[in-house]
Amino acid sequence: MPHERRARLALIGLALLAGGLILAFMTLGARGNWDFVLAFRGRKLLGLVLVAHAVACSTVLFQTVTANRILTPGIMGFDSLYLLCATLLFAAFGAAGMAGLDPRLDFALNVAVMIGASMALYLWLFGGEERSLHRLLLIGVVFGIFLRTLAEFVQRLLDPNEFMVLSDRLFASFSDIPPQLLGIASLLIGAVTLWLIPRLSRLDVIGLGRPVAINLGITWRTEVLAILAAVSVLVAVAAALVGQVLFLGLVAVSLAHLAVGQSAHRYVLPAASLVGIILLVGGQMLVERVFAFGTALGLIVEFVGGITFIALLVARGRR
Amino acid sequence: MIRIENLSKSYGPAQVLRDVTLDLPKGGVTSLIGPNGAGKSTLLSLIARLIAPDSGRITVDGMDIARTPGAELARRLAILRQENHLVARLTVRELGGFGRFPHSAGRLTQADHAAIDRALDYLDLQALADRFIDQLSGGQRQRAFVAMVLAQDTDYLLLDEPLNNLDMKHGQAMMRLLSRAAHDLGKSVLVVLHDINFASCHSDRIVAMRDGRIFASGTPAEIVAPDPLRDLYDMEIAVREIDGQRIALFYG
Repeated sequence: MPHERRARLALIGLALLAGGLILAFMTLGARGNWDFVLAFRGRKLLGLVLVAHAVACSTVLFQTVTANRILTPGIMGFDSLYLLCATLLFAAFGAAGMAGLDPRLDFALNVAVMIGASMALYLWLFGGEERSLHRLLLIGVVFGIFLRTLAEFVQRLLDPNEFMVLSDRLFASFSDIPPQLLGIASLLIGAVTLWLIPRLSRLDVIGLGRPVAINLGITWRTEVLAILAAVSVLVAVAAALVGQVLFLGLVAVSLAHLAVGQSAHRYVLPAASLVGIILLVGGQMLVERVFAFGTALGLIVEFVGGITFIALLVARGRR
Repeated sequence: MIRIENLSKSYGPAQVLRDVTLDLPKGGVTSLIGPNGAGKSTLLSLIARLIAPDSGRITVDGMDIARTPGAELARRLAILRQENHLVARLTVRELGGFGRFPHSAGRLTQADHAAIDRALDYLDLQALADRFIDQLSGGQRQRAFVAMVLAQDTDYLLLDEPLNNLDMKHGQAMMRLLSRAAHDLGKSVLVVLHDINFASCHSDRIVAMRDGRIFASGTPAEIVAPDPLRDLYDMEIAVREIDGQRIALFYG
């Protein structure tokens, strides 16, 4: 089939581009001790790749389950949930209590709480019968703001010194990914990815929408909740590594759909992940080499992403 | 046999189905007719387990649909709803391929491909097989979805207003196809229809619903008659026999 070949070619092209960018990222302008440069940049690269993969996959899965191409966990504000969870945990244990905690344990705890909380949220939003996309978008955006404000409120109640410690922990950026979390993050994201691979064709069926999927024998509630749990893990890990990224997922997935031209998950998922890697690694190089650290990668991604989001909404409205 | 026992369903204060009990025997085409809001689509959605009843029970060949695994039911019963929005970008053939999912779990065998081809032939879609669904007209898309549930190759086939979006030619072809599927392939077809003349000409049995209850059921000759139709639709409907077919006149 010709469009299968096109999808395969697109995947190969994206993989080559991503590989080239990674090679350039590791070697470009490197001076001095190679051991140091490779280890230092390698950690940075691993962080970027993990975030790109997690954000892209979570977006694809989320859009499959909700049968839409505009909503993403980022736009729905679900990473604000991470912010709130982290803040509440911190408020409960205090700076002293948290300082004694291994950062990886802290992270695991955060992710666990977030999965629980987001499952409750998802159950409420998507558990029942179908809802209109517009209503979901509205609920999501308002809910995101609500969670964020709630987190800020709790932060205000903290002792100023404790608040300093907390904001230091919460403020992550692409240039400064906490290295001690890379191990556990790779583990979690790797586990979710391995869990996804045998489910690719079931995901295709789920993407046909609830009525058709149920007709074809999908146990909707159970399977959708399992996928949303996977989304929670991915969103939590990405949020813990770099903080909030509103539009990265949307851009990566929209470009991936454009590139492969069809919706089979065996093509879309890897393509989205590769586009994400290209955007983040390429963008980071741009920030470091062209802007000489004068701007933040997050800013560029959000700028491009915001424009894509508006373009998508306008195009949708016209159809 | 599909057996429906004491089924009730409300949406908030509105009771849509009131204590419906109905046996749908195996084989033949059964048409479900009735005025808007009679509960026809709700009944179909309940049988298809898309919504859960407030009370009552549905069994398919003796299996309670609330307890039987979805995959098991998907090999026995297929349903197509009125509106099918696809976000996914698929070709007609790929959509047909999804009909094989309950049998093949995503890995299409030779037998699956043969079943897909048969379904596409049946619906006269071979020429469009490699077109994307979003490039088709409403009627073509409708036929593509019917091809999917036909490829699913189930004993029971439930269709909610399959004639929507179809012109006369394709409407007639669709009803003839359902009739063939019932009589040649031994399937049991349950179809919600608005045009009582299609129901009259192509079904073995008509079930009429009104106000969430089964109003009447019987052969076309029993149901398509002035008295039952008047009580069902609250209007005078003359019925004439033309060339051996009972035709209701309600256009004038």
